[in-house]
Amino acid sequence: MKEFAYRRATGVRDALALVAADPGARYLAGGTNLVDLMKVEVEAPTRLVDVRHLPLGGVGEAPDGGLVIGATTTNSDAAADPRVRRRFPALSQAILAGASGQLRNMATVGGNLLQRTRCAYFADPAAPCNKRVPGSGCPAVAREHHNHAVLGWSEQCVATHASDMAVALAAFDAVVRYESPGGAGEIPLAEFYLPVGRTPHLETALPPGALITAVALPGAAASPRSRYRKVRERASYAFATVSVAASLDVHDGAVRDVRIALGGVASKPWRARVAESALRGGPATAERFRAAAAEELSAARPLRDNGYKVTLARNLIAAVLSELV
Amino acid sequence: MPGVIGVVDHRNAPRLSPLAGTFFGPDGGLLMLQDGVVPYAGCPVALVVARTPEQAKAAADALPVTYDEQPHDTHFSAGHPAARPASTVFGEDANVGDVEAELARSAVVVDEWYRTPEEHCGAMELHSATAWWDGERLQAVDCNQGPFIVATGLATLFSLEPERVRVRAEHVGGGFGSKGLCGPQLVLAVMGATLFGRPVRVTMSRHQVFLMTPPRPATEQRVRIGAGADGSLRAIDHEAAFEVSPLASYVENCVEPTKTLYAAAAIRTRLTAVPLDILPPFSVRGPGLTPGSFALESAMDEVAERLGLDPLELRLRNEPAAGPVSGLPFSRRDLVACLREGARRFGWADRDHRPRTRREGRLLAGTGLAATAFSTGALPSSASITAEADGSFTVAVGASDIGTGARTALIAVAADALRVGTDRIRMRIADSDFGPAWAAGGSRGTASWSWAITDAAAKLRERLGDPERPVTVTADTTRVLGGLPPRERHAYSAIFAQVTADPATGEVRVRRLLGMFAVGRVVNPLLARSQAVGGMIMGLSMALHEEGVRDRASGRQVNADFAGYHIAAHADVPDVEADFVPDYEPDDPSGIKGVGEIGTVGTAAAIANAVWHATGVRQRTLPIRVDRVLEDDPR
Ligand SMILES: Cc1cc2nc3c(=O)[nH]c(=O)nc-3n(C[C@H](O)[C@H](O)[C@H](O)COP(=O)(O)OP(=O)(O)OC[C@H]3O[C@@H](n4cnc5c(N)ncnc54)[C@H](O)[C@@H]3O)c2cc1C
Ligand code: SF4
Repeated sequence: MKEFAYRRATGVRDALALVAADPGARYLAGGTNLVDLMKVEVEAPTRLVDVRHLPLGGVGEAPDGGLVIGATTTNSDAAADPRVRRRFPALSQAILAGASGQLRNMATVGGNLLQRTRCAYFADPAAPCNKRVPGSGCPAVAREHHNHAVLGWSEQCVATHASDMAVALAAFDAVVRYESPGGAGEIPLAEFYLPVGRTPHLETALPPGALITAVALPGAAASPRSRYRKVRERASYAFATVSVAASLDVHDGAVRDVRIALGGVASKPWRARVAESALRGGPATAERFRAAAAEELSAARPLRDNGYKVTLARNLIAAVLSELV
Repeated sequence: MPGVIGVVDHRNAPRLSPLAGTFFGPDGGLLMLQDGVVPYAGCPVALVVARTPEQAKAAADALPVTYDEQPHDTHFSAGHPAARPASTVFGEDANVGDVEAELARSAVVVDEWYRTPEEHCGAMELHSATAWWDGERLQAVDCNQGPFIVATGLATLFSLEPERVRVRAEHVGGGFGSKGLCGPQLVLAVMGATLFGRPVRVTMSRHQVFLMTPPRPATEQRVRIGAGADGSLRAIDHEAAFEVSPLASYVENCVEPTKTLYAAAAIRTRLTAVPLDILPPFSVRGPGLTPGSFALESAMDEVAERLGLDPLELRLRNEPAAGPVSGLPFSRRDLVACLREGARRFGWADRDHRPRTRREGRLLAGTGLAATAFSTGALPSSASITAEADGSFTVAVGASDIGTGARTALIAVAADALRVGTDRIRMRIADSDFGPAWAAGGSRGTASWSWAITDAAAKLRERLGDPERPVTVTADTTRVLGGLPPRERHAYSAIFAQVTADPATGEVRVRRLLGMFAVGRVVNPLLARSQAVGGMIMGLSMALHEEGVRDRASGRQVNADFAGYHIAAHADVPDVEADFVPDYEPDDPSGIKGVGEIGTVGTAAAIANAVWHATGVRQRTLPIRVDRVLEDDPR
């Protein structure tokens, strides 16, 4: 680990100013991802600006019937909030499917959104990696990529986004709120993560030095009939191989509304819009769920060793929707 | 840089002797920092000694190292052009009867390949050693599984007289084989202490433990079994290939169970070593037997399937009267008792043997079993006991307690042998100065040390009339063990597993594991049970999770930490039952066989067989990953 300076920010303005003043500065929240990466020197900030104690925590009501979750709310608190559990159960389930109890007590909502990929080459400074060192190459495409992306990747990077929480947020059309030196702003989750393209090192649409302040869940997306299912290499404490967040509203046997997002398949939570529009208005049957899932996955480009994810994602979408009928 | 005391690399490191090694012969893997060659990815290239671990780490990260690339090969396969017959330290290949003729005469023949990946010990305690020179004497506090053996190896390595080396390891947080050798932590700490004239502690990081301490080698095994229509085995042919390093000889004795478990008209075994540019593999809990039994016991299940026979019945019908290859009598063979009692408790009698017939919603359920034989027998050790003036007894034995509770068990053995209460025993272990002793390895520790303690106690009891105090006696079991009649000596087990599989997602969960064990006399039921249960959990982890993955270009392990190398989490571990059938070893004064490793053996096959019973699909490659179970059309 490289030596670094540490300051606890006294307020949002103070945090913004401290980070703006030092190009090597980074926000520190729970530290569960950042500090791990500092230990292996994948991250080497010169200054940490601790924002975990800023008054940005807690879950509040939004005027549209939705919820606003403060950026420093712990993963545990967000998952346990009764309103989250009632209106957005898939979000609570997604958070609880991640990491461990101890980690969720430390980790924050803002930090969770910005956690880095779990690609092993990314975490090994001895290996080339376009995300870590732009232009150095991507060993994963030709080498070990059993748990890498099948959708939306480029030759430059085939890593997945690791967050469970973000998958549920994508399904619910959440909006990320931030403050930045240039002013406050909002970014819909669908636009929050940038396409990989030729710039895998540029991960989000946040302006430089921006501090995430909250995540807003629109009231219109609230769905007690929503569910998160995560398949992984063991029963708990592992990142998703493939996961699905879905909500389903069926009326008279027909799909009135449906939301589907996939985790573990792309550099960002993958909103399955193709499958959604194939299903909307049609009958809610297992065959149609399967066909819609297959249509979504027809865009997949599996690598040598991760083709199973295409089958798994298709089966999992169909299984979760069937459970929600 | 701040705090740095010095750097050890191949230019200034003390010269090491190539004679140092293991049971298998000289181990070139011990020759660290001797030249500019990096024989495997993860091999240390320098040691930075500083005042604090943080300073040492920072300086090590800043150290400039340049590498030239040489051709290398880390890709294992049984058919590798460099494959060669393995060393015969564990005995010659079996060549009983005419395998081809018996296969030709068989009603059913199974001929399949089974594969197991590299597996790591993953002991919770990181490898750590502190070394210093105490005048002319080298002192070390290490974490290892056998201080006397490690001290002997260390003395050879640094060309010192054995009396000048003392190694202690009184408290060790798990080993599983990875602390059986003179470890890198110890060799490097001694180098630092020697060069800088001060005590040096080396503690490896988790990443380094993965890269620098030996794994279980990957294996590829072909098993052919032929059986008559009545289920009697005609031929077993077991060819096992495993990876090694050209630096050191090692044998993953996968065929051990094949030589003793079942009677057959013909038995043939072959062991093949494939040298690769990897860290020398070494024994991991249940070496050889664990991957070997996965192959043999999976193949046995396939034989039962083809015969339409109960897999339990198949095993009962092939009980040998004497060692099927050796011809030697069994000292005691309680496999049938394990199988029958295990089957009774598990409810095996109600099993419908057809696969894929039990549905529970989206899940498929199934059960499976496997049998195990694990070779046992005390190895030479010494112990001394002092009758103190206050009426208490101090027992000194070079045993090691790596978390098994060996210390506790030995107190009971000593108290028993001296016919006093345990409160009168002071047990001192894990010090090379206590004299030659076997290690916590081969499941033979407790048997070996107990014998030495029992002999010392017998000698001491003869002298208890002496008024003189303190009085010390020493016993060494080398002679008495050398005089034992040749026998097949084994512990036995039968493992039963119940699983569910979700064909839509490939998720396999173990619902129930039951093991019945014949391990000789059980010294402490609580400790023995936790060895058996822990072993079964390790076997479960092997079945479903564990897999060292190497980068195909660099040969470096890509999942060299616990985030990438998955072991079973709590949520993966079901109700695990383990119990013992009455057993004793007739040739051992305490009746002990050994319980440390046998739980690991057999479990993977029992689970794989249960997955077949659930899904109808054989799992011949471990681990049984999601992508191996997942079905395209899961109906
Ligand atoms: C062993 C382990 C297992 C895990 N398993 C899972 C899992 O199964 N599923 C899963 O989804 N996650 C998992 N995680 C990841 C975990 O969810 C993240 O580490 C955590 O959510 C990050 O939150 P944090 O507050 O600790 O972030 P930090 O580590 O403090 O920060 C992460 C990043 O976010 C930035 N940041 C933090 N807060 C803000 C803010 N308000 N504004 C702008 N930038 C900010 C930091 O500068 C840093 O770049 C696991 C982590 C570990 C260590
Ligand atoms: S997949 Fe992305 S993160 Fe992984 S090595 Fe390639 S560029 Fe780096």
